[in-house]
Amino acid sequence: MTISVKIFASLREDLGIDGANIRPSHKMTALDVWKHITDKKPPDNLLCAVNHQYAGFDSTVQDGDEIAFFPPVNGG
Amino acid sequence: MHIQICPQAFNPWSEVADYPARSEMKPGSYGACSVFVGFMRDFNLGDKVQCMELEHYHGMTEKLLAEHAQKVNQQYGLADLLIIHRVGMIYPQDPIVLVAAWSAHRAEAFDGCRDMMEYLKAKATFWKKESLEGSEGQRWVDNRKAMPL
Repeated sequence: MTISVKIFASLREDLGIDGANIRPSHKMTALDVWKHITDKKPPDNLLCAVNHQYAGFDSTVQDGDEIAFFPPVNGG
Repeated sequence: MHIQICPQAFNPWSEVADYPARSEMKPGSYGACSVFVGFMRDFNLGDKVQCMELEHYHGMTEKLLAEHAQKVNQQYGLADLLIIHRVGMIYPQDPIVLVAAWSAHRAEAFDGCRDMMEYLKAKATFWKKESLEGSEGQRWVDNRKAMPL
């Protein structure tokens, strides 16, 4: 089981990593993935996406999923 | 419908002028085109801004924009929709974003263009990092809420 993790923008600089591939031994939520990659408390404005769709932190991630963590967006 | 994430500078006016000929719109089938172009300012929050780096989440950005463009097309009965958004290094006065909506009448073109632009501001996965003039360094730009429709 491999889950691809991506980190964007200011969050990448705060954590010092741009992503990871993790092989969890048990079922994980998005919040579990966060805790797996860092000891830091999730920022209040943290956003999350699973397979390119916005997702809640209680979303379950599965083998082959791509999960992303990022700060509020700011295009246009 | 065309959506493009663009790493190079683009000319929004020629894109709008050229698009109908390469789209599936038939000449005479539309009576309105509403265009929004966003440019980079050289100031923000009281500081002079030298340049800006625009980052995006490749894959998710395109997916979100395509899904919402489809929805806007149907909701407002548009003839077509063109969206171009810059990424990479951007300098003051460079165009950042183009949203152009074609429709039979003006109301749908105005509303569709506005809806797409507000969605883009609120949901599309872009982030801006400004480089300030002098020794002020760099900073990430905070999100602002989308204007209500």
